[in-house]
Amino acid sequence: MAKLKKMDVLFEPIFSNNPIALQILGICSALAITTKLDTTLTMCAAVLFVVTASNFFVSTIRTIIPANIRIIVQMTIITSLVIVVDQVLQAYAYQLSRELSVFVGLIITNCIVMGRAEAFAMQHPPVVSALDGLGNALGYGLVLVAVGFSRELFGSGSVLGLSVLQPISEGGWYQPNGLMLLPPSAFFLIGFFIWILRSVRTEQVEKDEFSIMPNSRTSEAF
Amino acid sequence: MSDNRKDSIGNTLRVAVGVCLVCAVVVSTASVALRPLQVENRMQFRQVNILQTADMYTPGMDVQAAFERVERRFVDLDSGEYVERPDNYDQPRAARDPEQSRQIDPDPAGIRRRADVAEVYLTYDDAGALNRVVLPVHGYGLWSTMYGFLALEPDLNTIAGIRFYQHGETPGLGGEIDNPRWQQNWEGKQLRNADGELAFEVVKGQVVQGSPGADYSVDGLSGATITARGVNNLVRFWVGEQGFGPYLAALGERIEAGAAE
Repeated sequence: MAKLKKMDVLFEPIFSNNPIALQILGICSALAITTKLDTTLTMCAAVLFVVTASNFFVSTIRTIIPANIRIIVQMTIITSLVIVVDQVLQAYAYQLSRELSVFVGLIITNCIVMGRAEAFAMQHPPVVSALDGLGNALGYGLVLVAVGFSRELFGSGSVLGLSVLQPISEGGWYQPNGLMLLPPSAFFLIGFFIWILRSVRTEQVEKDEFSIMPNSRTSEAF
Repeated sequence: MSDNRKDSIGNTLRVAVGVCLVCAVVVSTASVALRPLQVENRMQFRQVNILQTADMYTPGMDVQAAFERVERRFVDLDSGEYVERPDNYDQPRAARDPEQSRQIDPDPAGIRRRADVAEVYLTYDDAGALNRVVLPVHGYGLWSTMYGFLALEPDLNTIAGIRFYQHGETPGLGGEIDNPRWQQNWEGKQLRNADGELAFEVVKGQVVQGSPGADYSVDGLSGATITARGVNNLVRFWVGEQGFGPYLAALGERIEAGAAE
C-alpha cells in the first residue's frame, strides 16, 4: 500500500472526497439540526470529536480486535464517546442540548463515524486515522455550516441569533422564507452544494449507469 | 500476531471484556462527575419555565435573582391549606411513596398516584399584591407524561399562561404543545363558568369565535388529538376537586377576605 501523506488524509475529505457531497453519508442529521447556525456548530463540534476519537481508539486496538466481533467493538467505542459528549453538553450547554435533543444520541448511527472506523481506522495507524476522522468531520462540518448559515439567514433573517435581514414581523422589510425552516430545504441546499462542487470538479460527476433511449413515438412503442 | 491467535475464542472474550470495561469506566466517570452541573441546569430550566409561565422572563436576565421574588409554598391538596415542607421536598418522589401519596381513581390525567402535598409558586407585583399563581401540572399524553406549569390570574379563574418543560410527544404534532403561538391561545381563557362549574376544554379543531363556549375553550392540535385530549384531561384534573380545586377555593376566600397571604 502506498504511504499516505498526512496532509492528503486531512484535506482530501473536505472537497475531493466530501462525505456528504460525494459519498452522500450523514444526510439525516444534516436535515434535522441545520435550522439554526448555533445548533449546527454544536453538532459539528460533537461529530468532530466523536469521529476523530473513535478513529484513533479503533485504530489503536485494531491489531487485537477479532474479525468476528469488530463491528460491535467499534459500536461500543463510538457509543461511549457519544454518551460522553451528550453528558458534557447537558452539563455545559443545557439549552443547546435540549434543542439538539435526540440528535446528539443519533450521532451513533451517523454513517460517517462507523464508515470511517471500519473503512479506514481498521487498516491504518492511530495518528493517520485520527487525521482522517478530523478531515471527514471537517468535510461534514463544511456542508452543514453552509446549509445552516443559509437556512438561518433566509429562514429567520438572522445569523447566530443576530438579526441581519430584519423580518417584517419585527418592523423590517424582509419576508422570511418559511420553507427554509422545514427539513426539505436542506435537501435543496445540499443539492445546490453538490451541483456547484461537481461543476468545478468535473471528475466527481458520476457516469450514467445506463443511457436513456431517444424519445420514441407512441406508434413505435406499441 | 497471527490471525489465528487474534480470532481465538480466548482473545475474542478478552477483547470484548476489556473494551466493555474501559468504556463502562469512561461513561460512568463522565456521568458521575457531571451530575451536579446537570442537576443545577435542570433546576434552573424549571425556574426559567416558572418565570416564563408567570410572564416575568426576559432573555438574558439573572434567573436566580428574579426567582427570589417568587414565593414557593406547599399545599395540602385535600384540605387546600398551606403546610410546611423542607426546601428539598420532591413532589415526584413523594408521589411514589405510599405514605405521602394516594391512588387516584378515576384517573383522567393518567398519573396513577398523586402526592398529598404539592408545591405552588406565587408571584407578586411591586405593590405586593398577588400577581400570578403558578401550579405545577402533569399528565399523560400519547407517548409520555407531560410536565408543565399553569399560571392563573389573581381571580384564580383566568388562565395567564401554560408551558410544558418536559414531554416526549411527537415533534411537529403533539410536540406543538411547545409552540408559543398555541400557548398564546390560552391566555385569558376562563376555567369555570358563571355557575362555578368547570367548563374549560381543549376542543377538537378550532374554537368558533363568538360561540357560547369560546371563553372556556382552546383550539386543539391538528394531527395530535390524543395529546390535546391529554392536555385537556390534565388541566381539568389539576384545577378540579382532586387537584388544586380545594386550594384555589380556599385561596379565593382568603383574597376576598382581604387577607391574601
